[in-house]
Amino acid sequence: MTSDSASTDVAKGAPEAIKAIPVRHPGRWVAMAVIAVLVAMFVHMLITNPQFHWSFIWDNLFTPPVLAGARTTILLTVGAMVVGVVLGIIAAVMRLSPNRVLSTVAFLYTWFFRAVPRLLLCVMFGTAGILYQHLTLGFPFDKQLGDLFGLNVDSTILTVDMNTLLSGFMAGLLALGLSEGAYMAEIVRAGILSVGDGQAEAATALGMSRGLTMRRVVLPQAMRVIVPPTGNEVIAMLKDTSLVAYVPYAELFFNYEAIGSRTFQIFPALIGALLWYLAMSSVLLVIQYFVEKRFSRGRTVTGTGIRLAFLNRGKPSTVGGADV
Amino acid sequence: MSDDVMVLAEAVHKSFGRTEVLKGIDLSVRRGQVVCILGPSGSGKSTFLRCINHLEKINAGRLSVDGQLVGYTERGGRLHECKDSEIAAQRREIGMVFQQFNLFPHMTALENVCLAPIKVRGLSGADARKRGGELLTQVGLSDRMDSYPSQLSGGQQQRVAIARALAMDPKLMLFDEPTSALDPELVGDVLDVMKDLARSGMTMVVVTHEIGFAREVGDDLVFMDDGVIVEQGDPREVLANPRNERTKQFLSKVL
Repeated sequence: MTSDSASTDVAKGAPEAIKAIPVRHPGRWVAMAVIAVLVAMFVHMLITNPQFHWSFIWDNLFTPPVLAGARTTILLTVGAMVVGVVLGIIAAVMRLSPNRVLSTVAFLYTWFFRAVPRLLLCVMFGTAGILYQHLTLGFPFDKQLGDLFGLNVDSTILTVDMNTLLSGFMAGLLALGLSEGAYMAEIVRAGILSVGDGQAEAATALGMSRGLTMRRVVLPQAMRVIVPPTGNEVIAMLKDTSLVAYVPYAELFFNYEAIGSRTFQIFPALIGALLWYLAMSSVLLVIQYFVEKRFSRGRTVTGTGIRLAFLNRGKPSTVGGADV
Repeated sequence: MSDDVMVLAEAVHKSFGRTEVLKGIDLSVRRGQVVCILGPSGSGKSTFLRCINHLEKINAGRLSVDGQLVGYTERGGRLHECKDSEIAAQRREIGMVFQQFNLFPHMTALENVCLAPIKVRGLSGADARKRGGELLTQVGLSDRMDSYPSQLSGGQQQRVAIARALAMDPKLMLFDEPTSALDPELVGDVLDVMKDLARSGMTMVVVTHEIGFAREVGDDLVFMDDGVIVEQGDPREVLANPRNERTKQFLSKVL
């Protein structure tokens, strides 16, 4: 016991920390050097190439048409996503309905709007005013039925001038919203299917109706699967609002193109638009991180949260683990 | 049909596609009775339990709870399928506890217990929380009301699930292998809660592998194999002297 008493003492307390020589990673240093050179070349090009006209970009970054365009872009993004999410939830629930008519209608809707390019939809909705001069709201086939019985029937409740209704903004909003609804339907459907059967079964056994089960039990859990891709959809939508320029309607891209062609500074104008989209998308990324965290309540945070984990540095990454 | 009978099954048949899972089950459960159903896996015992609250639709026979046919109404000598809302109303009176607990993971223990009483029974939030608190205390979880299911052990989750079912004031409780997914040392707590419930006079149908529980609190033991009831009787009697060959075989393996 005498000779090894010292080591036994160490074993009783905390053992000495390991001091090993770390593995060398020469490849990392080479990669860093190569990338540093490439970045330096790129930055040098940005600064020295006179075609960028940085002062022009900066002077125009916050002019009234740009700010108005940015505001329209945000409104279009929010509006189209609201339309898309609402339509998507309705279409997804219809698609999973035991009623075959409803599920077929939902399938046809998603099929059509996923198969047609958004640019085409935008241009078409912009010119849809030629189909009807006015949009009237009344009893379906009232005139035809009236003629059949020899009566002069007019059940019109409301008449709207089509060109007013489908102004550039509304046309763009509808084109993007209807298209988005088809994609959201697939995302929501995947989310609903990701919730285990046992959940709906437990709610059913408690005497809850299908609708109540969907609203209170299934959809809140489906959110965890729905929210991350929806965040991506919002960011994609922000960029796709530029298609509304071809409705045509004056949003951010439209206004920057106008500035470019008016001043003959076409490329610098595009850089200005690029900076705006970059900034707005970045803000959305941060919002997406916090929204995802909110919807993972009651679960451990994994996967999707990692990309922006630096925002959460120092805080525990789990909501709570089993402690018994 | 006597007033005393809570569950009455007569020649209940159930098939999934071509596979016949229940081949004529006759069983009556009296009010206040605890009936334990034993049997090898695949014998149809869970399916039968799920038929009692119409989670599965039976193909033939008659099944009634408290004198009321499950899932159908009889008018003018013909059966009419019940509307979803009518079936839901029937299920409100029947509590069910699942093998995998099936707690709602996005809600705390108390929220799990209070959801259906508020949304289905129309209780006020305050009343539901008061009653929910009492029930969670009754199952020994007064200190875990605000925990999410992921923060609870399996045994605690199952006790929350029992409290959730009891919150609807059911007249019948169905247990589908309530302890099969639990670590051995957690089984006891759940069984204790179930024993208390049995002693309080609750009518219970329990599908289980817990021989001890059946012997201690069961009024009737049903042994099922291959879609039929092969032996039935007083649990102490059946467990000590099984008459049927298949019951003997099964008990020799689990005892």
